[in-house]
Amino acid sequence: MSKLLLLGDEAIAQAALDAGLSGVYAYPGTPSTEITEYIQNKTEQSAAKVHCQWSTNEKTAMEAALGMSFAGKRALVCMKHVGVNVAADAFINSAITGVVGGLVFVAADDPSMHSSQNEQDSRFYADFAMIPVLEPSNQQEAYDMVYQGFKLSEELEVPVMVRITTRLAHSRSGVARKAECPQNELHFSEDPKQFVLLPAIARVRYQKLLDAQAGFLARSESSAFNRYEAGTDPRYGIIASGIAYNYLMENFPDGCPYSVLKVGQYPLPMSFVSKMAEECASLVVLEDGYPFIEQRLNGLPGQGSRVLGRLNGFVPRTGELNPDHVAKAFGLPSYETFELPDVVQMRPPSLCAGCGHRDMYDALNEVVAQKGLDSKVFGDIGCYTLGYLPPFKAIHACVDMGASITMAKGAADAGLPYAVAVIGDSTFTHSGMTSLLDAVNENSPITVIISDNETTGMTGGQASAGTGKLEAICLGLGVDPAHLHVLSPLKKHHDEMVRVIRQEMDYPGVSVIIPRRECVQTLARKKR
Amino acid sequence: MKTDIFISGVGGQGILSIAAVIGEAALHQDLYMKQAEVHGMSQRGGDVQSNLRISDKPIYSDLIAKGKADLILSLEPMESLRYLPWLSKEGWLVTNSKPLINMNNYPEEAALKEALDRVPNKVILDVESIAKDLGSVRVSNIVMLGAATPFLGIAYEEIENGIRRIFDRKGQAIVELNLRALAAGKEVADRMMPKSL
Repeated sequence: MSKLLLLGDEAIAQAALDAGLSGVYAYPGTPSTEITEYIQNKTEQSAAKVHCQWSTNEKTAMEAALGMSFAGKRALVCMKHVGVNVAADAFINSAITGVVGGLVFVAADDPSMHSSQNEQDSRFYADFAMIPVLEPSNQQEAYDMVYQGFKLSEELEVPVMVRITTRLAHSRSGVARKAECPQNELHFSEDPKQFVLLPAIARVRYQKLLDAQAGFLARSESSAFNRYEAGTDPRYGIIASGIAYNYLMENFPDGCPYSVLKVGQYPLPMSFVSKMAEECASLVVLEDGYPFIEQRLNGLPGQGSRVLGRLNGFVPRTGELNPDHVAKAFGLPSYETFELPDVVQMRPPSLCAGCGHRDMYDALNEVVAQKGLDSKVFGDIGCYTLGYLPPFKAIHACVDMGASITMAKGAADAGLPYAVAVIGDSTFTHSGMTSLLDAVNENSPITVIISDNETTGMTGGQASAGTGKLEAICLGLGVDPAHLHVLSPLKKHHDEMVRVIRQEMDYPGVSVIIPRRECVQTLARKKR
Repeated sequence: MKTDIFISGVGGQGILSIAAVIGEAALHQDLYMKQAEVHGMSQRGGDVQSNLRISDKPIYSDLIAKGKADLILSLEPMESLRYLPWLSKEGWLVTNSKPLINMNNYPEEAALKEALDRVPNKVILDVESIAKDLGSVRVSNIVMLGAATPFLGIAYEEIENGIRRIFDRKGQAIVELNLRALAAGKEVADRMMPKSL
């Protein structure tokens, strides 16, 4: 079979389909979005029945995937790293319940924060949940690991995490496929108690998980994804995980003189690490993300001083690794380069011309300017976060999905006279509804602007769970109908928007304003 | 062979469509290829780039090391300069001349020209006006690609075949238009290159 040219994300999706996937569950989030989109496109074109509709958030995605596994079928759940925080309750407990159908959990981390608010490393979550992790170094491995990951999950009876980073997710390369597997038949656990985590049962399940750890390690030690490449120069032994392996080998095109442990499966294969510690003077750890492996080795008595990595500045503490970092660390000659000319200026992203968020901010800014320091605007996660940048400079906070409403509430509780939340439609249904209920229950004096572009915009225009339902949701949560307004964010309606926003900011209770106009990007795509 | 290319521009200009044609040609010749793209926030009018690496041997890194790129191919002049630290001293800079100004501190024309003048190996052309003369500004990116064809390490005919395969479903007229755009870009590059190459 000829190779397909696939993004890392697409390789994961193709592998899941070939492995007999019955359902993917996800909420869009850079850099994980393209996994689900690929499965949606493929499923549209084929007769195979694979669930691929977007979930409302990462927690509902994780729970639905666990339900599919409960029913014996293979499920894929994917999210960006901060989505793991949202799914964490279900995720951690899925390790205690274990699985029936194979469950592969893809966490897409974003070192360097290309499109994120932090660079947390999902390997810590897998370690916390005590489940195995697969970490590919390239697109082919991403395919192979997901393909085998379902079988591994079924054999070990726990979810398996596949951890990738932005660079792999969004880089394309040739990928060879394997044979297509049929989907599992509907079947259930032989143990009727397996998924009932009452304390008495949970204690038994937890012990089972603990007892399984030695087996997980044994699988890691014998895994083809972990490879010890013996070198000739004993000064360094290098542990390179995931994509960091590439940055090492890029610098040694004719072979690395030092011993290299290529890590692609966790728990960390400690017998290889011990062998390396005996044979080599210093241990170098190259990993993209937090110093996860390095911290562990630093803890070994007597080993700490000879472990080199992010913690002691051998490579930078933060951000994505690259070939230049590795070259510098090993003192390799660098190439002569041109200087960056002074004329080059920053070019930050901005809201599209004609975007409804622009009209919303123009109106909001006019009212906020009049209120002065007595008003603060709490932003949220989405395109409208760009309202922080000039020309708008409109928001004073952006923390996590849904935080706009609850932070506005907290600030109002503290005595802030005019607390405004700006949140998108998709972010509102993801995590803003419970926040709004808190505000309604206390009739907090906040103004919530749900800037509705009828899509999940920043990630490229995926279906938004609340489209057509926002007013009903707000009313259902108890918002007073007299203080719920739907506006059309256009220049010609500027004065009316200013009037309504001012009126509701002056109202000492919960009001919701919904400026609604379709995203210009999705509109343009429909016209094409 | 091994060619490392930085393709740059502003989010929305369509740098990935250029990468797609080169990628199609490379894969068809059974070459190894890696192409790192930018998705997400920057696509909203920010600076974007793609690291495109082609080789007859396996490629490790998705990212090009500093000072190693053979070519910068840019749809926007200031964006072409942003990646100069990655260009090899012998490398070529091929860029569209027309600025895309969506910021308030865009450099003065003279300062930009001076910085471009300091790059030894370059091809600078106004792809939009060339495309307009051909009958459609929509082929601007293919004019741009045409100007880069002498530096790709892939035979011109293979790039032509790549265009045929990619645009085939849009009809013969579109294929011909894109092939003319490719040739027009190449012609400019041929004129601007020293004869010894």
